[in-house]
Amino acid sequence: MMWSSPFVTQATSVSQIMLRVLLALIPGIAMYVWFFGPAVLVSITLASITALATEAAMLKLRNRPLKPFLTDNSALITAWLLALSLPALAPWWLVVVGTAFAIAVSKHLYGGLGNNPFNPAMIGYAVLIISFPAHMTHWLTPHGLGGIELSFAQQLDYIFGGILPSGLTLDALTMATPLDTLKTQLHLGLSVGDIREMPIYGRLAGHGSEMVAIAYAIGGIYLLYTRVINWLIPTTYLVTLFVIAGIFHLADPVHYAAPLFHWFAGAAMLGAFFIFTDPVGGSTTFRGRIIYAAGAALITFLIRTFGSFPDGVAFAALLMNICVPLIDIWTQPKVFGKKGGGK
Amino acid sequence: MRTLDHFHGGIHPAEHKLESSELPSRIAPLPSLLILPLHQHIGAGAKVQVQAGDHVLKGQLLASAQGMVSAAIHAPTSGTVTAVQPHTVPHPSQLPGLCVHIEPDGKDQWIDHAPLEYRAIPKSELLAKLREAGIVGLGGATFPTHVKYSLATDQRIQTLVINGAECEPWITTDDRLMRERAAEIVRGIEVLRHLAEPAETLIGIEDNKPQAIAAMRAACAGSDIEIVTIPTLYPSGGEKQLIKILTGKEVPSGGRPTGIGVACSNVATAYAIHRFVDHGEPLISRQMTVTGNVRTPQNIEVLIGTPLEELVRLAEPLPGATGYILGGPMMGVHIDDLRLPVVKGSNCIIVKSAKLFPPAEPAMPCIRCARCAAACPADLQPQELHWFSKARDFGKTQEYSLFDCIECGACAYVCPSHIPLVQYFRFAKSEIWQRERETQAAEIARERHEFRMERIEREKREKAERLALKEKAATAAKPAAPIAAPVMINPDADPDDTLQMRIDAAMTRAKEQAATAQPRNTENLTPQQQAKVAEIEARRAKFSELASNAGADDESSKKS
Repeated sequence: MMWSSPFVTQATSVSQIMLRVLLALIPGIAMYVWFFGPAVLVSITLASITALATEAAMLKLRNRPLKPFLTDNSALITAWLLALSLPALAPWWLVVVGTAFAIAVSKHLYGGLGNNPFNPAMIGYAVLIISFPAHMTHWLTPHGLGGIELSFAQQLDYIFGGILPSGLTLDALTMATPLDTLKTQLHLGLSVGDIREMPIYGRLAGHGSEMVAIAYAIGGIYLLYTRVINWLIPTTYLVTLFVIAGIFHLADPVHYAAPLFHWFAGAAMLGAFFIFTDPVGGSTTFRGRIIYAAGAALITFLIRTFGSFPDGVAFAALLMNICVPLIDIWTQPKVFGKKGGGK
Repeated sequence: MRTLDHFHGGIHPAEHKLESSELPSRIAPLPSLLILPLHQHIGAGAKVQVQAGDHVLKGQLLASAQGMVSAAIHAPTSGTVTAVQPHTVPHPSQLPGLCVHIEPDGKDQWIDHAPLEYRAIPKSELLAKLREAGIVGLGGATFPTHVKYSLATDQRIQTLVINGAECEPWITTDDRLMRERAAEIVRGIEVLRHLAEPAETLIGIEDNKPQAIAAMRAACAGSDIEIVTIPTLYPSGGEKQLIKILTGKEVPSGGRPTGIGVACSNVATAYAIHRFVDHGEPLISRQMTVTGNVRTPQNIEVLIGTPLEELVRLAEPLPGATGYILGGPMMGVHIDDLRLPVVKGSNCIIVKSAKLFPPAEPAMPCIRCARCAAACPADLQPQELHWFSKARDFGKTQEYSLFDCIECGACAYVCPSHIPLVQYFRFAKSEIWQRERETQAAEIARERHEFRMERIEREKREKAERLALKEKAATAAKPAAPIAAPVMINPDADPDDTLQMRIDAAMTRAKEQAATAQPRNTENLTPQQQAKVAEIEARRAKFSELASNAGADDESSKKS
């Protein structure tokens, strides 16, 4: 009952906001399925079931009501984002372990919805890439490159049983990601130009994966249009990434990829619209959001270019999440009537 | 065209104004009973001047203003005072307040009253008359008008802002008033212009009231009053927000508009002033919107003190009422009891129904989306204030400018987690006030204690003096007596000196006694206990230091 004003509210609820985020991921998922086969749908389903089950168990343990939190759709976002960050051929237990850790530890041990300082999906990803690095490299070769493609039944066999069709090895089916290939080939002395001539690359970045990134961006624009996310973080992130990559590329085009490559390779688009925009661990002030997103872009670029991990988005998110409390304190806006220089 | 400024944030709640804005307003019939709270305005309550059994005439003084910030209360019609006793008053606390109860005699017989030639009298006299006429701001805050326009001699008003924004949903009283009585409002504005002598006068009206704008334009034709159409955006009718929109100036935090050369009054206040100066009528009635779950939502001119019950009945309530909102849905107060009277600050009564005002959805945790911060017209960070209020970290809430919150409700309106943010902020504010009161009480207790100690000391001193005087008298009687010799170190000494020495000796004795007497109960303590005692002593010393510093701060702030 409402005894205190205001007595009216806007209809958008947390659960609706989260639902729109899920909807916005659908174009990206569709592209993913087109280029890499339906295995990712299995990961998403597995992750969703694990997330809801873990959420329910944790709520029960914490004596919290199940219904409002199971229907807030936030666990599903964690599940989907994590599943989309993993190689599609990830074995079932990898998905389950990552998702369960994300929900149980990085969400509920910190107090559940709204209280997690770190993005749970990115914690799940970080745990997996540190604990099971080998399994995190089995990226499928995209459709259209003439490689061997598994049927859905064969994909299921591998995910749940680890069985590949006779005569096939994992190496024949998978490949390094475009970001990884770039890094290793640069080490071998090739120039960016030569590397980009390789068949795994498309017009912008990786063949296939660039289309997924474009689809993520389309979903992101839908989120901007429906005001689910604020424009400041994606814009600052992408602009900063473009500028930093651009400076390096202009200074040394032989060794540094073009800024557009950085935009459409790896998880940059997913990060810009779906990960850094997670409000819980993000900054809330105007200047804070600029610092947060620009910092994330810088870390993404540094890890991609100089680090040993294939992509930097997850760690960029986590490292900037740590800084948020401080950023927010530093960037408190002046309130009404206190703007005239403290008069 | 005037270039408009804007304030940060704001929201567009569903307006629901057409329900009540299209019917002409009507005058309510005499109610069966009138209940007039003595405290209907900001400041001190009025002092009652009648008693049960008195017959009063319409417009007769019931209670006079006491103190500078106060306003008088008048009989809205003729009748008999049946009681002066507590009755529930329209206030969020719903606690009873002292009220004058009048039973109308049906004659509606006026007391002698006459128009006021306000230009012929000094301004101070005009202000005193406004105070006696009980005129307060009718925009909602009910700040006494005479206080607002009591300007210091060096204060200049650059802009007089007349508030016709009426930004709250459902409410249409100002809209109707402007449409129907534009000329009368302008008459009232002339009085305010006479008082404030502004360089410019601006009437701010939201663009969702085109007919009111047209009517006011017509009424102001030929004068230099400017009607400014402003975009519809809640809460542009907030005083500080409207001033920002119209003048670009920000009323400093904790300050008043007059401090930046702006005076601001509501159109309904201007109308009440017109009634007073042109007809000699004190503030005894006002316009109210009756809307919501009723058959004919409309505006009604109603006597102050009318039970809401009788007012709502005029609009024919529909079945399914789930309570009432006094005021608008954004800042109003929920009430269940319709026996509450109309007061000067009442502008609207909304009959709730489950359909129009569905019960609040259960609150979810804050997800830090900061939609509240984006909507806040005071540039606050409600998500942080919520966090600190919830944690009862009231120091931090003040650091984050809790008291700049105008409780407009925009934050709670946009919150996807349905957190009753304003409720949290009211809670934090009241806790802080409570603590301040407690600190003040402790301060008074400390002062009392010090005074008592001083008194005891003084009494001891006086006793010693008296004793010494006695002895002196005795010595004077027997000047050569050697008995007094032990204390008479110098026999040639002036008797007064000796007296002083005796007083000093007595004082030292008393002090020594006190010194030896006090620590007695702390002797034979274990080292731990001693350590604890030392710790407490240290803390005490720190407190008293803090207290004296705080006192010094108070002094300096008073000076500045």
